[in-house]
Amino acid sequence: MSIIVSAIGQGLTWGIVGIGLFLTFRILDFPDMTVEGTFPMGAAACVAAIYSGASPLVATLIAFVAGMLAGLVTGLLYTKGKIPVLLAGILVMTAAYSVNLRIMGRANLSLFDKPTMLKNHFLESLPPYFDSVVLGIIVVVIVTALIVYFLQTNLGQAFIATGDNPNMARSLGISTDAMQIMGLGVSNGLIGLGGALVAQNNGFADVNMGIGVIVVALASIIIGEVVFGDLTMNQRLIAVTIGSILYRFVILLVLKLGFNANDLNLISAIVLALFMMFPVLEKRFRIRHTLAKGMTKHD
Amino acid sequence: MTEPIFELNDIVVTVNHGTPEQINIMDHVNLSVFPGDFITILGSNGAGKSTLFNVIGGNLPVTSGQILLNGKDITNMSVEKRTRFLSRVFQDPKMGTAPRMTVAENLLLSEKRGQRRGFAPCHLKTHMDKFKQITSVMNNGLEHRLNTATGKLSGGQRQALSFLMATIKRPDILLLDEHTAALDPQTSQELMTATNDQITRNHLTCLMITHHLDDALKYGNRLIVLDNGRITYDIAGDEKDNLTKEELLSFFNDIEE
Repeated sequence: MSIIVSAIGQGLTWGIVGIGLFLTFRILDFPDMTVEGTFPMGAAACVAAIYSGASPLVATLIAFVAGMLAGLVTGLLYTKGKIPVLLAGILVMTAAYSVNLRIMGRANLSLFDKPTMLKNHFLESLPPYFDSVVLGIIVVVIVTALIVYFLQTNLGQAFIATGDNPNMARSLGISTDAMQIMGLGVSNGLIGLGGALVAQNNGFADVNMGIGVIVVALASIIIGEVVFGDLTMNQRLIAVTIGSILYRFVILLVLKLGFNANDLNLISAIVLALFMMFPVLEKRFRIRHTLAKGMTKHD
Repeated sequence: MTEPIFELNDIVVTVNHGTPEQINIMDHVNLSVFPGDFITILGSNGAGKSTLFNVIGGNLPVTSGQILLNGKDITNMSVEKRTRFLSRVFQDPKMGTAPRMTVAENLLLSEKRGQRRGFAPCHLKTHMDKFKQITSVMNNGLEHRLNTATGKLSGGQRQALSFLMATIKRPDILLLDEHTAALDPQTSQELMTATNDQITRNHLTCLMITHHLDDALKYGNRLIVLDNGRITYDIAGDEKDNLTKEELLSFFNDIEE
């Protein structure tokens, strides 16, 4: 039981990372690699801020700002520097590694005896692992609500249009550069925020914790899409978080089969690849048809 | 005589500067557009029709010369800023609309052409009645598909939408870049008729590139022909009304020789 609760808590926390990536990957149609640097940057900034005496809440917000700044750099390199977005992301991701080491002063910092968002009377009174579930729900609901509101503002509609048809957006007077910089900034801010929450959940920050983040975040997006199919924009945002939780269940299942934690990145990649190939596989093996047949009674 | 709303003064655009392939794709072009002008533009491939529109729209910087709007110099104004007074419909139906957004969302975007977009809610629902009314004038069923993703529309509906988006907020200058060329003859004719209705009814100032000599003769009050980056022919008023297809054709043959 507790292992399932723990998976849900992790899924919710990582859902924020998925939502962040959704803004660039799905709305702007960008492969943004910056996330592998901004996730540990959020963690590092948060832990370093807690070490220097900031309250966990303030430290978590600082993580958002740190991630956002890195995202803005990617945006400027791409729009003003005319560097392809994939390469711009890789540059910032690489540079972030050094910056993260600077922020923490070492490769790994523990929060063992430090305050975190999870260490308060209410959350500690809950059964084990429910603390991360409650905190995760609160943050996911706030983030999702803010994004849903933003997307139906005039600015949000211009943001969506920029990803959908940049030529048209420009011909309507929308500054696509500004939209793309903003999107990369907010997206990486959310990913930094996710990094801060994961660090507080795990009780430490590590410079290497960014490896594979993009695969996990993509898996949340793709699993949500494969499971739920055709959805409105708002439903798709919620589907990301549910996809993130389902991804945790899949990982849990695979670990139960006897793989160990060292295989995690290999498993993540395979899970993502399988889900991304789902449309092709479905066509070839008629999966839905077979599933439906297995569910109904034979005459 | 009224003042021109828009002027091109001695516009030159040179490409491959400093190489043996150096060429002026706009070669000392002068053009004065007057309020209410509906100008049809003819010219063979490579004559400079698209270049002319890209110069007007700001997508292509000019090498020398001056662009004036109501007498004010806008030669170096950015593409985004020019959208405050300028709108454009492209030949490709895919160019002018956002495919994953609905028809209503596209219209709402275009209503704020050239304006600041802030954090105020866009209130899509309060616009629906107005959008229904606007789209019904195109007579192609668009008004029943306001909540459909634009990518699912037919080419004709999509292009009709592009035209509405370009005119929903009155532009000082409307550029139509062969906007009916990608459609089948019947649909093309319907859109052209609707286009002409809108332009004449609202007294829009419009420049329209076309490949159809018939359309160029039938519509508009003025006709220009481009060749090798120059305006070689420019007639208006009665002179244009009396122009026959044979005369126009013979003029084209002169160019070829």
